[in-house]
Amino acid sequence: MKTPHTLHTSMPPVWLVAAALAALPMGAQAGQAGESGLLALVKWLPLILQGFAMDVGISFAAMAIGTALGALLGIGQISQFSPIRLLSDWVTQFFRNAPWLVLLFFCILLLPYQIQLFDWVIPFPAWVKGIVGLMLPVMGNVSEVVRGGIQSIPSGQWEAANALAFSRGKTLRMIILPQAVKRMVPPWMNVYAVLMMATPLVSIVGVEDSVTVARAVLSAENDTALLMPVYGLLLVLFFVYCYPIARWTRALERRYAVA
Amino acid sequence: MMDIVEFFAELYHSYGINLSIFYDHFDRDLFLEGIVYTAWLSAASIIGSLVVGALGAYLQYTGGSWAQRLVNGYVHAFRNTPPLVQLYFFYFAVGPTLSGLMGDIHPAVSNVTWAIVSLTLYAGAFNVEIFRSGIEAVPQSTIEAADALGMNEGQIFRRIVLPLSVRISLAGLTNNLVNLIKTTTNAFAIAVPEILYASSQIWSESMNALEMMIVLLVFFMLLIGAFTWLMKMLERATAVPGWGQA
Repeated sequence: MKTPHTLHTSMPPVWLVAAALAALPMGAQAGQAGESGLLALVKWLPLILQGFAMDVGISFAAMAIGTALGALLGIGQISQFSPIRLLSDWVTQFFRNAPWLVLLFFCILLLPYQIQLFDWVIPFPAWVKGIVGLMLPVMGNVSEVVRGGIQSIPSGQWEAANALAFSRGKTLRMIILPQAVKRMVPPWMNVYAVLMMATPLVSIVGVEDSVTVARAVLSAENDTALLMPVYGLLLVLFFVYCYPIARWTRALERRYAVA
Repeated sequence: MMDIVEFFAELYHSYGINLSIFYDHFDRDLFLEGIVYTAWLSAASIIGSLVVGALGAYLQYTGGSWAQRLVNGYVHAFRNTPPLVQLYFFYFAVGPTLSGLMGDIHPAVSNVTWAIVSLTLYAGAFNVEIFRSGIEAVPQSTIEAADALGMNEGQIFRRIVLPLSVRISLAGLTNNLVNLIKTTTNAFAIAVPEILYASSQIWSESMNALEMMIVLLVFFMLLIGAFTWLMKMLERATAVPGWGQA
């Protein structure tokens, strides 16, 4: 049980930050808006939380689809058939290096509003396009994680499986991947952290997430004293959600570290 | 010059491929201005974040426990909140509050400056971690060897730890700075006329979203390709023969 110990040692700074971030809205309120500001914040809190739930939901969906496609792409990158390998390489590099916001705009502007499949009409609202836009860079990053994980397994494993007459596909499925998945978990979680950091970008392209709600609240209240508390609250929300994930990732990294 | 203009005008009229930035003066100037702003945002925040990263890592290396806690707090706060929300916080909340405190109605700091400040602090937090792990990766035996040769603490840091740790940090640094260049597009949200903002103005005027998107993606491929190549050259030029290669 190493984890609780490592968690404990750097606890003080964490609480310092959390306290500082939490004090930010309070301080600004006490100074300028007083009671009414706090009341306004409490009144709007459920709506902002709802917006935040939208962020979390979008990030889950983008992560799920991006992971599935990225895994295929990552395995494609180690294919022995060179056209597949080269294509997977290019697609991976392309989506890793393109800015998230540009890819989001790409999907928002260029995907149709709906798709007609025979008699079915599948509508494509902004949030679906947002998920697609975020899924693409996730796919590229997961592809690299999968490739790196597979290649981190010593080649002796491949050779031993070959000597035991395993086919390449069977070796991958039964010997390499089970070992590699464990090593992929921490970097995969890092990809999720990066995705969560990018999710509020959907507010720019018209999805109603926490940032959109916050801006609507600010224009409804029309009170400059609320600026600090509302944006501070957003920062706190994301911090409270992302920080434990980051710590967990670090703990897993240490546990799975190759000595 | 004339040929290029004619070629792209012809491309539009005959094939409907509207690359207006190559034949329309107005669009071209808008786009070039966007490139300049993106370059400026990138360069300024790369330099700023390197300074912040070096300063933070230095404080963590030499500073007392309070300095270390402060740096830790900064790193965790900026790594675990979205850069877009940080940007909004600085531009919409800190900016007006500062102006209010100074009793000035006009914003004292422009949106471009806020974007640079915000991007600098965001990427700087990652750079602190990169430099710190670079310093930690310098083998203890090397430091002991320097000690045995009679170097004092300052000399060991300046002449042994620093040169080695910068080299170790380069790979991680490239990753983070590439990410920073990509994040400059966030400045779109506060109407900094960088390349994405310029392109959005162009495509809403000229109705050529698809063409502009492709131009944008090609632009970033080239920019990031060039930057990665530069960093690789730097890595190669500073490599110590026989050291650090597995």
